[in-house]
Amino acid sequence: MSKQTLEFHWGKHHRAYVDNLNKQIKGTELEGLQLGDLVKHAYNNGNPTAYFNNAGQAWNHDFFWESLKPGGGKKPTGEVLHLIERDFGSFEAFADEFKQAAATQFGSGWAWLVGIPAGSHGEDKFGKLAIEKTKDAVNPLVLGHYPLLTIDVWEHAYYLDYQNRRPDYISTFIDELISWEAVTARLEQAKATINFYDVKMSSI
Amino acid sequence: MATATCSSILRATPWPSQILSSSPSLRKGNTRSSYRPIMMEFHLRPLPFEMDALEPYMSKQTLEFHWGKHHRTYVDNLNKQIKGTELEGMQLDELLKHGYNNGNPTAYFNNAGQAWNHDFFWESIKPGGGKKPTGEVLHLIERDFGSFEAFVDEFKQAAATQFGSGWAWLVGMPTDPLVENKFGKLAIEKTPNALNPLIVGHVPLLTIDVWEHAYYLDYQNRRPDYISTVINELISWEVVTARLERAKATINFYDVVVPDDQYKYK
Repeated sequence: MSKQTLEFHWGKHHRAYVDNLNKQIKGTELEGLQLGDLVKHAYNNGNPTAYFNNAGQAWNHDFFWESLKPGGGKKPTGEVLHLIERDFGSFEAFADEFKQAAATQFGSGWAWLVGIPAGSHGEDKFGKLAIEKTKDAVNPLVLGHYPLLTIDVWEHAYYLDYQNRRPDYISTFIDELISWEAVTARLEQAKATINFYDVKMSSI
Repeated sequence: MATATCSSILRATPWPSQILSSSPSLRKGNTRSSYRPIMMEFHLRPLPFEMDALEPYMSKQTLEFHWGKHHRTYVDNLNKQIKGTELEGMQLDELLKHGYNNGNPTAYFNNAGQAWNHDFFWESIKPGGGKKPTGEVLHLIERDFGSFEAFVDEFKQAAATQFGSGWAWLVGMPTDPLVENKFGKLAIEKTPNALNPLIVGHVPLLTIDVWEHAYYLDYQNRRPDYISTVINELISWEVVTARLERAKATINFYDVVVPDDQYKYK
């Protein structure tokens, strides 16, 4: 991911989302909300407000930059690897599904590794990892899911370096750039709201 | 059927009779020996100009990727998706309307829509284009937008604010003659991803591609500069004029006088 790409992607696109969001919320009761809360508020249950796109994109890009690092990629270890193997079968199966989601997000959007809380009551239940893709500025927070990793597949993220070759960009991201340390830290935080392990509910 | 605006080349080939016997699906309901099944695939139509002809406004490098890779891929993938199905043989505009499936799009909709949109876009631009239209196009623009400058502002606005990937359009659309005192007018629309105005029964007259791949190599994040340049230097108003003529087959753009005592809503 070239310096030239980052000069535009971070220095122009991301900066514009932040600047425009500030203009939109200045002097309103939204000033002072955390960005994650602002995104959820703005999503307005599927009828997004005027500032949703900027809020979502500001949040998404912060999250994306933290998801990468120089000398990244390779494989995760420890609990992240354990849960990936548990919920996808193998690390390779996870990588394939992630590449597929990122490559097939038509138009602009993002692909995510998320933690999903369990949904049912009265049974053995546990949360799990899953892969999702979203369009434009949408992210898994609006669905109540917990983002752990993302890749930006808006064309501006890869066009200067890869042009139309989005699959090459995705493979390179997985092989060389993912910060599994950041994913590990986020998994720890996710545990505050999601229990990823078997739970037995005794009858009440 | 808007075949004139569907400029993909269709190859209708007479097949020898041994194909008839080996392809039972092609012999539905008619086994006369004079029947020749038609097998069709869409071809990537050559650009109507040389690849460096739009420089410096749209580079040869951009066209090599945009036409040579992106557009080509939409066409190739669409052909794979419809091959051997009953969709083979449909005109591209029918295919995309069929694929839209009233808001629940099928798997081939994106490729069909994008193939059609790109054909339409390449025809909409030319070297030495831009400036102002003349004649009836200018008259209708001034009538329906107030002035050419007002049209340009609204078109730029639509193209710049189409969030994510998409297109901005000048269209002809029918109107309620009792509301607007005419049967049809020009309007500006924007659509996301692969959608286009055919879906809502409007007649496209002009488009600009605002997917990032259309401008990123030449303008990077500066989409407004790209839009202004296309408007000032590249739009083919001749093509818009020709499309307006064809649009008149289905839209009456002019005043109608309906006296109050001769028409009442139930």
